[in-house]
Amino acid sequence: MSEMVKIKINNVDVEVEKGTMLLDAIKKAGFSVPTLCYHEDLKPNGTCGICVVEVKGSPTLKRSCCTPVDRDGMEINTFSKKVKEARETVLKLILADHPDDCLTCIKNQNCELQSLAEQLDINETEYDKIFNEYEADYNSSAIIRDPRKCIKCGRCVQVCQEVQTVFAIDMINRGHDTVMGLPFEMGLGETVCVNCGQCIMVCPVGAIYEKSYEKEVWNALNDPSKHVIVQEAPAVRVAIGEEFGMEPGTVTSGKMHSALKRLGFDKVFDTNFSADLTIMEEGTELIHRVKHALNTGDMSKLPIITSCSPGWIKFLETYYPILINNVSTAKSPQQMFGALSKTYYAKKENIDPASIVSVSIMPCTAKKFEAQRPEMNSSGYRDVDYVLTTREFANMIKVAGIDFPSLPDLNADSPMGEYTGAGTIFGATGGVMEAALRTGYELISGETLPKVDLTEVRGMEGVREADVAIPGLPFTLKVAVAHGLGNARKILDKVVEQIEKDGKSEYHFIEIMACPGGCVGGGGQPYGSTLAIRAKRAEGLYKEDAEMLEHRKSHENEQVKEVYKEFLGEPYSEKAHKLLHTNYVKRSKY
Amino acid sequence: MKTINDNIMLDSKYAIVLENVGKIDPMKISDYIENNGYEALRKALSDMKPNEVVESVKKSGLRGRGGAGFPTGLKWSITVPLKGEKFILCNADEGEPGTFKDRLIMEGDPHKLIEGMILAGYAVGAHKGYIYIRGEYKNSIETMKHAIEEARKNGYLGENIFNSGFSFDIKVNMGAGAYVCGEETALIESLEGKRGNPRIKPPFPGIKGVWNKPTVVNNVETLANIPAIIDKGAEWFTSIGTEKSPGTKVFSILGHVNNPGAVEAPFGTTLRELIYEYGKGIKGGKEIKAVLIGGAAGVFLPKSKLNLKMDYETLKENNAVLGSGAILVMDEDTDIFDMLVNVMEFFKEESCGQCSPCRIGNPMILNILDKIKRKKDLKGNEWEIILKTASAMKETSLCALGQSAIMPISSAYTYFKDELENQGE
Amino acid sequence: MNIGEVFNKYEPKKENLLLILHDIQGSNGTQSIDEETLKKVAEYLDMSLSQVYGVVSFYTMYSTKPRGKYIIRICQSPTCHLMGSKSLLEHLKETLKIDVNETTHDKMFTLETSSCLGVCSEAPAMMINDTVYGNLTEEKVNSILEKLRSNHEND
Repeated sequence: MSEMVKIKINNVDVEVEKGTMLLDAIKKAGFSVPTLCYHEDLKPNGTCGICVVEVKGSPTLKRSCCTPVDRDGMEINTFSKKVKEARETVLKLILADHPDDCLTCIKNQNCELQSLAEQLDINETEYDKIFNEYEADYNSSAIIRDPRKCIKCGRCVQVCQEVQTVFAIDMINRGHDTVMGLPFEMGLGETVCVNCGQCIMVCPVGAIYEKSYEKEVWNALNDPSKHVIVQEAPAVRVAIGEEFGMEPGTVTSGKMHSALKRLGFDKVFDTNFSADLTIMEEGTELIHRVKHALNTGDMSKLPIITSCSPGWIKFLETYYPILINNVSTAKSPQQMFGALSKTYYAKKENIDPASIVSVSIMPCTAKKFEAQRPEMNSSGYRDVDYVLTTREFANMIKVAGIDFPSLPDLNADSPMGEYTGAGTIFGATGGVMEAALRTGYELISGETLPKVDLTEVRGMEGVREADVAIPGLPFTLKVAVAHGLGNARKILDKVVEQIEKDGKSEYHFIEIMACPGGCVGGGGQPYGSTLAIRAKRAEGLYKEDAEMLEHRKSHENEQVKEVYKEFLGEPYSEKAHKLLHTNYVKRSKY
Repeated sequence: MKTINDNIMLDSKYAIVLENVGKIDPMKISDYIENNGYEALRKALSDMKPNEVVESVKKSGLRGRGGAGFPTGLKWSITVPLKGEKFILCNADEGEPGTFKDRLIMEGDPHKLIEGMILAGYAVGAHKGYIYIRGEYKNSIETMKHAIEEARKNGYLGENIFNSGFSFDIKVNMGAGAYVCGEETALIESLEGKRGNPRIKPPFPGIKGVWNKPTVVNNVETLANIPAIIDKGAEWFTSIGTEKSPGTKVFSILGHVNNPGAVEAPFGTTLRELIYEYGKGIKGGKEIKAVLIGGAAGVFLPKSKLNLKMDYETLKENNAVLGSGAILVMDEDTDIFDMLVNVMEFFKEESCGQCSPCRIGNPMILNILDKIKRKKDLKGNEWEIILKTASAMKETSLCALGQSAIMPISSAYTYFKDELENQGE
Repeated sequence: MNIGEVFNKYEPKKENLLLILHDIQGSNGTQSIDEETLKKVAEYLDMSLSQVYGVVSFYTMYSTKPRGKYIIRICQSPTCHLMGSKSLLEHLKETLKIDVNETTHDKMFTLETSSCLGVCSEAPAMMINDTVYGNLTEEKVNSILEKLRSNHEND
């Protein structure tokens, strides 16, 4: 417990713990200080110079984001003439170093620099524009960079290096030429970038954003010769509402389906259906590997690691190729859906698969990369044609003038729209694990789960572990969950060390999600994601699971049972292998 | 192995750091030893406890010679009580324009620096030292490496020095062309193999420095003073110079003087003495117009200020700075505006680019100066804007580089306002 | 030194990055570091390519573009500027027929500007590779370049 000290902020007395950052102490006193480079999920780096305040006795102004309250009697002024002048000058300098493209910029109305200029009442400037004309980078299939707009806040580098530990990007050059950039002018698609899009989530301006496929989807919707179908990830339904003034975590599945119907999609399915399907395939795979280990003593196929996060998969291929054989061969729900949509669905409804345009709405930018992976064509066509982020979906709703909050609820279409609670919780960290355990428990033991809510694997802690006892299994299943690739490294390094030392690991089943929070924190979600907001979105999914659905276990999904009965045979069948399983490639770090 | 023919001037009564330079062979440790070399180290290791060494340096009043003038003993005492691995980091990134004193010491009396570092290590409890030498100083690098090898061979570095149980070793690291790496936290970042971006302070390097371990960062000239302080005592040191600025300083007298070179003189020596007695007055018999003292991060002073005593307090009272001790003398034909533009170009080139005020402020000021020179789109408030920008940079830049632009700008404007406002006419 | 020899000289610690880059650059004949080499350095130190490129692009002494046999660094800081370095720079540009950061056609000279080189009592000054020249005049500069050219012809 830290010592409490009495300080004055703008002449208001307030008591805070010694060591509190001024930024927080100022809030406690009922004031706020404008910030720009500061992000609540990142360490303050002090690059912008906006949050400065006057501290009595200090020769210069101090940054409130990284200056702690260090003594009793500190006196702070947050809007004195000195502070206002300095802050305004710094902001005008930043504006002079930034193009005035607001009207056509992707971040128009969502830009932190715009908001700051408005907040500080900047109506004119005495400075000339002196920003550098860098070229944009359209190389990647998922993410576009526009360094002209970079304000060198450093957040993207922090998230890529410190949170995600991917190290695809860094600041380059020096002085006024400093910018977030890539080595030797390569394109983002040529780097180790895993497309997680966390850089997009933290960029305050329009310097990084997703590659949009809205135009292509509109064209398909307007093409009468095309049969356009759509699937939506679980994480979309608890976040899309934010784009229309609703609280993060509001479950809007019904409205989501409605909106898509109104946009003109021929069939509105749901990724949660194929999430349940994924559990059938991956659960069976888990059981196979466990049986193999029990029968032969060969532990090399354990732990089995989930495979539905394409950001994680590219990270695996680049940094942990040694674990490639441990990862489940099951495709992600998006890709399973895609493969079935142009085979099972096409056949069932007698539609020419060549006319099907398969669209997905994802909270994720890496899904754009995943859909374009060469091997994702087991249907004989591109399994998923276009991936739209939650934000792109919102754009389309706004362009069409659909009043989202007032939409009636609509169920998704058959035969690929039914889902259980297990499917929907995929969007939260720990959700895939819990879904797999609900089915795994019942399939292995033949008994009903005593408690459906496996809360031991829930929560926002970076790495979580649990021991799961399943009747019929001679050992306790040791499971682990990690979200955010920096946290993934922690558990994976442990596994690699154990395998190298003992030839086996203590873990049997690990869930890895590339994004902090799981998919609810994906790179395609509404701007302004913080860990707090992600937690709310996850809560929404657990609520839908517990209160709003008929079934909560994947193996109870009737439409999934139908796919096997009519088309695939049984989980892990040869047909299932061909359409619903995949392989991975080793990628160079350099 | 000298770089060039340096002109070194000493008042022999007060020569401390340059006493051996030019007189001994820096490549021969025996020369150093014959001139009382490593005696202070012997004395400290056999007769003094580490905290006694710290006290002696504290009492001496020695202040950092890199430019900031922070009391050295106080800096050391912050690191003393901390546990775990600690480092001594010698800042040899000498980059302040007009400064070459550290090069003289490294090239001319490398063992003095080594001895100073070992003493510092003993005092604070560090067993490893780094000397970070700017990449352009090839001779300094080679000389220091050679001297370290010799010191090791002769038992002054390594395990159990003088059978005292104390071990210390030194590694030479290099910079690669970045003035900002002279800032102590940028120096540490560079040493760690990163871009030379200053860190947010606190924490200070004495608490969290190299690899986040307690690190004492000292300038070459500062460390070169330590052996003499230990050998001759703190009282002796305080008898030289002024009360608040004891000891000597190596000044460089440069520019339009007849005898440019380095001068080691006691604090309190006046500007006039330095320029006219050591520098031998203005070249070509011209009149002096101005001096730029402290380097680029320094101030312009007019000839009316020549009686100023060169010490930290006097200069501070007169809105000036000692900085690295560089004194650039400008004659009557000098274009002050042109010199100011040159100083700003230096800052623009050397800004690390991390924080907005400095990254954008420096080129913005140059942009306005350029408009003034070309008389383009002038509204009459250009100097107001320049001063306001530099002032905001002082208040909000992350390190002393951005905080310094105001000094040359404001001082030039104060003393040469007419000339600056009538540019381009 | 080839790259293997450089790696033998230094432990794979990040504090050796700048030293390794200097040694590679100084011994491969191009006075620069190319992409392939930088990748090997990154791998040796367990750093990412983006990080080491971020370092290389920060420090002026490193170049990713091949440079000439002799790198001329002419100081443009206040002392040298006061003593006439600007006109010497123009003279170099005219004599060598290149602009700053360019290399002569015969790959002999690369012209760069530098900040203070620390030889200020001999201003104006320049460095050519590891050698410093002070008290420069146009004539001196010409004779230095001549000498270097003739040395090269004799090699």
